[in-house]
Amino acid sequence: MNGSPFDLLQRNSVTLVMAKVLAALIPGITAHAWFFGPGIWVSLFVCVSFGILFETLMLLMRGRSLGPALQDGTVVVTAVLLALSLPTLAPWWLYATGMLMAVVVAKHLYGGIGQNLFNPAMVGYAALIISFPLTMTQWPGPVGMVDHVVTLGEAFDLVFAGQGAISLDALTAATALDTWKTQARLDTAPAAIAALPALGHFGGRGQEYVAVMYLLGGLLLLSNRVITWHIPVAFLAAVALTASLVHWALPGQPGALFHLFSGGVMLGAFFIATDPVTAASTPLGKLLYAGLAGMLVVLIRVFGGYPDGVAFSVLLMNVAAPFIDAYTQPRVYGHGSKS
Amino acid sequence: MVRVLHSHPGGVHPADHKAESNATPIRTMPLLPRYVVPLRQHIGTPTRALVQVGDNILKGQRIGAAEGPVSAAVHAPTSGRVVAVGPSPTPHPSGLYDPAIVIESDGEDRAVAFTPLDWQTLDPATLRLRVRDLGLAGLGGAVFPSHLKLKPGVHTLILNGAECEPWITCDDRLMRERAAEVLGGAALMARITGARSVLAGIEDNKPQAIAALRDAVNRLDSGLAADLTFEITPIPTRYPGGGGKQLIQTLTGLEVPSGGLSTELGIQMFNVGTAYGLYRAVTLGEPMFSRIVTVTGHVAQPGNFEARIGTPIGDLIAAAGGALPGASGELVGGPMMGFDLMDLAAPATKAVNCIIVKSPELFPAKPAALPCIRCGACARACPASLQPFELYWFSRAKDFGKAQSYHLFDCIECGCCAYVCPSHIPLVDYYRFAKSEIWAREREKQAADQARVRHEFKTFRAEREKQEKAEKFAKAAAETKAKSTASGEAAAASGEDAEAAKKKALLEAALARAAQAKAEQAAAGITPKNTDNLPPAVAREIAEIDARREQAGAADAPATPDATPSTPHS
Repeated sequence: MNGSPFDLLQRNSVTLVMAKVLAALIPGITAHAWFFGPGIWVSLFVCVSFGILFETLMLLMRGRSLGPALQDGTVVVTAVLLALSLPTLAPWWLYATGMLMAVVVAKHLYGGIGQNLFNPAMVGYAALIISFPLTMTQWPGPVGMVDHVVTLGEAFDLVFAGQGAISLDALTAATALDTWKTQARLDTAPAAIAALPALGHFGGRGQEYVAVMYLLGGLLLLSNRVITWHIPVAFLAAVALTASLVHWALPGQPGALFHLFSGGVMLGAFFIATDPVTAASTPLGKLLYAGLAGMLVVLIRVFGGYPDGVAFSVLLMNVAAPFIDAYTQPRVYGHGSKS
Repeated sequence: MVRVLHSHPGGVHPADHKAESNATPIRTMPLLPRYVVPLRQHIGTPTRALVQVGDNILKGQRIGAAEGPVSAAVHAPTSGRVVAVGPSPTPHPSGLYDPAIVIESDGEDRAVAFTPLDWQTLDPATLRLRVRDLGLAGLGGAVFPSHLKLKPGVHTLILNGAECEPWITCDDRLMRERAAEVLGGAALMARITGARSVLAGIEDNKPQAIAALRDAVNRLDSGLAADLTFEITPIPTRYPGGGGKQLIQTLTGLEVPSGGLSTELGIQMFNVGTAYGLYRAVTLGEPMFSRIVTVTGHVAQPGNFEARIGTPIGDLIAAAGGALPGASGELVGGPMMGFDLMDLAAPATKAVNCIIVKSPELFPAKPAALPCIRCGACARACPASLQPFELYWFSRAKDFGKAQSYHLFDCIECGCCAYVCPSHIPLVDYYRFAKSEIWAREREKQAADQARVRHEFKTFRAEREKQEKAEKFAKAAAETKAKSTASGEAAAASGEDAEAAKKKALLEAALARAAQAKAEQAAAGITPKNTDNLPPAVAREIAEIDARREQAGAADAPATPDATPSTPHS
């Protein structure tokens, strides 16, 4: 072991990478708070708190030192991504259960950071939507669509004390994806669906602008070289292509633009499918991985039982990632054609 | 003509730290009282010492002769007396001692007579031998014996002046100050190898060196330059742009096949320092007994030094004004591929291009390694297009077969992956570990294979001997039977009789052999003993018993029974 190189890239660490990811999420979170009220701050707070708690407990149980693992910030990113995937104003135990599945099961039971096969946040989400389907559909409606938008204090009450002075029903509304799903089954004309209050200008009402902000944050990640273009481009292209094909075959279904700017597609494309630990890692592998995931998103949305398909498609492709990597190894210098 | 440059994959941009040492001219080291000249300075077989302790030697005298096909001679850096030949500290990552010739200077610096090489009339094989005996080896770091590369059959000669490692400026200063010799050397190399075009690749952070070489092209001796084309090409400053394979790719777009040589592409590459050395060797007959060494980092007056081979590194640092307070060790080579120096008494050899005195400010302690998150930064930085994180996982798991199938041996250990790793994993150390384990296992396997072949042959031989004996006995038995039949004693010999006759024959033969052996041994004055390969304690015991027997007048008692398990000979 001679130790070279002795020079390392300065200001470079996992913590910094995670900080950049979190910074890139700020526009999306802000837009979320703007369109759906301050409830997001409460769910973020609860998810992050439980995330740190579970991380600490698991590290202690595994006999690992707390410092480096807590400093790396990965658990905070997991918590934030899960919080952004869950309805706000849900009871605290929903967030706690989600973080338990994410941190304890998906991360530490698989061996901790770097060893997990599945995206922890998406494992948390999938466990919750299977276990608590009703709670998971109670999304607060956007400002202007619902009777009342909670204040921060009311949001705390709702999350920690359950329904108090305000009924949750007064605050929630069907999401755009839910609306399309139910209305398409009723054979409602697309133009009529598009005119419903849950729908916005091109995506879900309010949600479309949050998605635009995620896109903006994603571009920041790209320009900072935290991620490469392969996964978001392939993911979004596959969503658009599959949605267009479905729309062409089934005119009652929404088109590409709607699919791109509703639900978790933008968040998934830049922040979830790009999780390096669980994604494919070769350039070609990333294209395949994200392309297939994007295709699955639309298929699950249109033909599956759940309104959104980002979590399941990412988890399914997580399983395939090692296989994809093994068969897409790049040509090494001096091997093959170029000699 | 402007050459279209190609890009090599990966690479990093570490702070280049060239300005510290490239501003001042090359300084010549004063004559030192003592030089340590290692016998092994190149890749290949160490040289054989030609001098003994007490010998008086002259500067430039060959003191170590090249041995075997891959070797290059070593020479005395000054005149004086050989005071030691034996293990000495050497600049090697292991810090292990290696045989060296220690010379005490007489201060007179008298040289042997040098005779220029008549490269135009010497036949190529003789010329190469002369180059070998003048000790030429690649000064870019690999120290591969140069004569082996001076073979005809290439069309392009690449002169490597990229000097991509941070801090090092010895090639930069050499090109600026001695461009004519460098280019002359390259022209000679082209003439010897048959190359028609000389391509010099220099990173664009060395504009003066580029200008100096371009100027030298115009002044080159027309006889030497005839029919040759020269291109002095600036290449982008991006580590490891000066790696042999990377420079070839940048300049020509071609890739050296894995496990192959650049000559398969018709390309041969030499470092500028080697070209300079060859120029001196050919035109003056001067052997390679000095080189330029950069001394930089945490020293008072960083710069470049013309140092005789064998100059203790401690003296080089002293010549650069000495290490400043707070120095925390020395690096040999650059920060990307160099190593920690273990002993300041180790000398500058042909391989030592740079000494960097470290300080905690210049080289902060590396942060603790964290788990790999497969971010792929290493893969994007890898100039060989490897997937370093996969190699890391396989090496860590000791899954060496998998590491090899992911082309571990195409790794050039440039350090780009570890440089960019956000988890600060010492990736290259893992690859070095995996490579050495694989080599060790291959050696073990070879040894096991050899042992198996030997065992199989032994079994075969034992079987053959048994068979031969059986045949012999059968023949003897048949003869006995024939005799007895002839004498008419036995009318009808039964099977049992035949068997008994065979046994009797065997017994007689054995007795005869034993008697003969005993007679032979007695004639040779040997007391039969089965006492070879005994532990000393047992041997002593036997000796004592024999002595007692002799005293008791039982000198020719039967052989000592073999009580201890004997070790098999092989």
